[in-house]
Amino acid sequence: MRHLLSTRDLSRDEAIALLDVAEDMAAVQEREVKKLPTLRGRTVVNLFFEDSTRTRISFEAAAKRLSADVINFSAKGSSVSKGESLKDTAQTLQAMGADGVVIRHPSSGAPFTLATSGWIDAGVVNAGDGTHEHPTQALLDAFTMRRRLHGDASRGRDLDGVRVVVVGDILHSRVARSNVWLLETLGADVTLVAPPTLVPVDVSGWPATIEYDLDRALADGPDVVMMLRIQAERMHGAFFPNSREYARTWGLDDHRFAQLPETTMVMHPGPMNRGLEIAARAADSTQSTVREQVANGVSVRMAALYLLLSGERGEAR
Amino acid sequence: MSESFLVRGATLPTGERADILLDGGRIAEVGTVADAAGATVVDADGLVALPGLVDLHTHLREPGYEQSETVLTGTQAAAAGGFTAVFAMANTFPVADTAGVVEQELSLGEAAGYATVQPIGAVTVGLKGERLAELGAMAASRARVRVFSDDGFCVFDPLLMRRALEYVKAFDGVIAQHAQEPRLTQGAQMNEGALSGELGLAGWPAVAEESIIARDVLLAEHVGSRLHVCHVSTAGSVEVIRWAKARGIDVTAEVTPHHLLLTEDLVAGYDPRYKVNPPLRRQEDVEALRAALADGTIDIVATDHAPHPVEAKESEWDAAANGMVGLESALSVVQQAMVDSGLMGWADVARVLSETPARIGRLAGHGEPIAVGSAAELTLVDPAASSEFGTDRLAGRSVNSPYLGRRLPGRVVATFHRGVPTLLDGAVRPADEVAEASARLTDGGARG
Amino acid sequence: MRTVLQQADLERALTRIAHEILEANRGADDLVLLGIPTRGVALAERLARIVSRIAGVDVPAGALDVTMYRDDLGRNPIRATHPTEVPGDGIDGRVVVLVDDVLYSGRTIRAALDALADLGRARAVRLAVLVDRGHREFPIRADYVGKNLPSSTRERINVRLAEVDGEDAVTIEGGDE
Repeated sequence: MRHLLSTRDLSRDEAIALLDVAEDMAAVQEREVKKLPTLRGRTVVNLFFEDSTRTRISFEAAAKRLSADVINFSAKGSSVSKGESLKDTAQTLQAMGADGVVIRHPSSGAPFTLATSGWIDAGVVNAGDGTHEHPTQALLDAFTMRRRLHGDASRGRDLDGVRVVVVGDILHSRVARSNVWLLETLGADVTLVAPPTLVPVDVSGWPATIEYDLDRALADGPDVVMMLRIQAERMHGAFFPNSREYARTWGLDDHRFAQLPETTMVMHPGPMNRGLEIAARAADSTQSTVREQVANGVSVRMAALYLLLSGERGEAR
Repeated sequence: MSESFLVRGATLPTGERADILLDGGRIAEVGTVADAAGATVVDADGLVALPGLVDLHTHLREPGYEQSETVLTGTQAAAAGGFTAVFAMANTFPVADTAGVVEQELSLGEAAGYATVQPIGAVTVGLKGERLAELGAMAASRARVRVFSDDGFCVFDPLLMRRALEYVKAFDGVIAQHAQEPRLTQGAQMNEGALSGELGLAGWPAVAEESIIARDVLLAEHVGSRLHVCHVSTAGSVEVIRWAKARGIDVTAEVTPHHLLLTEDLVAGYDPRYKVNPPLRRQEDVEALRAALADGTIDIVATDHAPHPVEAKESEWDAAANGMVGLESALSVVQQAMVDSGLMGWADVARVLSETPARIGRLAGHGEPIAVGSAAELTLVDPAASSEFGTDRLAGRSVNSPYLGRRLPGRVVATFHRGVPTLLDGAVRPADEVAEASARLTDGGARG
Repeated sequence: MRTVLQQADLERALTRIAHEILEANRGADDLVLLGIPTRGVALAERLARIVSRIAGVDVPAGALDVTMYRDDLGRNPIRATHPTEVPGDGIDGRVVVLVDDVLYSGRTIRAALDALADLGRARAVRLAVLVDRGHREFPIRADYVGKNLPSSTRERINVRLAEVDGEDAVTIEGGDE
């Protein structure tokens, strides 16, 4: 892999190979010495044009546990003019000898631009771009599902036939997009549930079923319910009347949670709005994978960095 | 260089072969011309002669944004593309909303001599959409402004639009509307549809264009005014305009070359060269626009030539500027989309790229048939040529062309403005030579 | 291609190594056999079975993946990783016998020693290999060798095991033959 920009261009074999490496990385996380020498002498830059402490520290931990040198570059609020800053910053990183760049950017496609512009030789990992994709989040979600379903027998397996319901702001969610493509690749059945205002106008090409009624989507006991964070600013854009109505109609409240089979996983990419899209009881239950998702995030990101940065550079995918 | 030119063996838009003698800023002879004494002979065997092309929608950027383009470089680009007249959009700095600015623009064009620069006046002060600019003063100025546009912005306030449409009737003006409902396109980055959803780019829905066009044609009907619609980009807009014309509403419409050829699929690589407003649409839209141009529903092709400095396009998609340069490539794109596809002949090309734009803009001395007595505005194109479009074809200051690296048919070989060659053998003539010849003509009172 | 060891030869070699391990260790106490993926793991399991049968006690076997510790990661296409499985109570105070199919440059074993150090503190580390083909690039030698097979660097040694490849055989190909 040269870059990790989108789950859409991952084949089934590539995705499973990455998840399998992540299994081995997860095993390392359980030992006393959690560090590997693999990326010693390599430099990974966390280039964040948008605040996200959680994602940044997850990537930082992943890089450090592989012995890479980590430079955190927070470009948010930089006074450089918007158009110049990505190119200038990229050239700065190139001059500093970055081997890998983990980029979070508010503009969809910015990691793609960085990877294809010729400004930089480094491998690029998309850590979330605008409303486009967040591939490592989807990979850690898939990893978490696979582990819950198959435990130690996870290696080599896909998610064939696993029924996943994703609920919330699909329109603006990079997590939803990355999950839709990856889950399709891994054989899962995906249902997206949202108010019609928060679904893109044309999703006919998406490998997912669209449903506006959460209760109907939950009725036949899906294997996974993934709740997406609802951003406060959506309430001001007339996407829905108010948070009360949203919680009542599209929230995983106590009642809906109680109706779910005990085997149904409850997932959330975090940070959660308790009482809005997810009730505290659901978030804190044993069915909740929220804490595992955080731990697995480090393993999956170690796998991604390993696969991007350890082989010969410039190798075609 | 001599002051008369004998174009030998050109193919006229009608298909006939003829020699054309340009002398004294006029077409002196058409047909079989014996050697004219002192005339420079231009071999036009295999070349199509068109009346000099007229672009109703050009951004020349001067004054204010000279790093992107100047009147000189923009009209050099025009010459390279076969254009002999360009209508210069008002979104300069300062905005062309007073007689002073439009007269300055006119003078710069005259001094350069590559093409007639006909200023467009802003509809509202500073393009802000709040109060009418001094439309009458601009109309009465030396620049004789007849086309008014806030292009880049929509004249959104319906009452203001109504008043503008009414007011310009006094001097046979026209409002050229940039049809974009602002609320429906907040933060918009590309055509709204399946692809925008996948790419996570905010959508620019077709309805935001169509609803404004619908409103404006009804307003134009109500007040009995002339309306021109800039850069029509959707199949739905075509339907609205077709309906309006059938109803007898005095509306004209333009389509850009890029909307006749390119589709939104190009956005998938997030390359800002393909970022433009209105955005590239779907294949169905391209086909509807071609059909509408062929059947006359859309009257003309206008380039929306929009130069930007390199840094405005070397960035992430959201931060990149909208727009493409288009003067140099327009005729090749029209040939590919309309002529080579069998939808139009060269006489139609002359109509949509010369005659009708001159008529809509009330520009005398342009868009006249290739006939004795017409102004010597002439373009020679080699339709058999085919080449990869490269920066060597760009004569303006900016290189934000979506066609770089793409094979395009046809090549403009020569352009004559007021009988003066501005492009010969595919090469733009030197600035001092053109300026000098132009000054000589003006002093001689032969203004075309 | 030429066959160097057949199934019976391979079995005999492993049995001999098992005896040598027990002799050197004076019994099976504290022994742990860790195979290096892929074929070293199968060999370690076979060896453990033989050692256990001879000694009459269960000698555990496991796997030690060294991919992340290699010094040639940047020079080759990306390698898949394999699970590391350390049996029971880990390696602290145990005598670890590393098991691999072919000993060549010694770089794999160097990586294995680093990987092992991150897992704990073994009392001693030994090395058992099925084939030693020479051409060492590190000061490393095997304690137990199934067969010494001096070879040209142009030759290719293939170890095939029933568990992985469906048959037992060691072959040699290429070179100047």
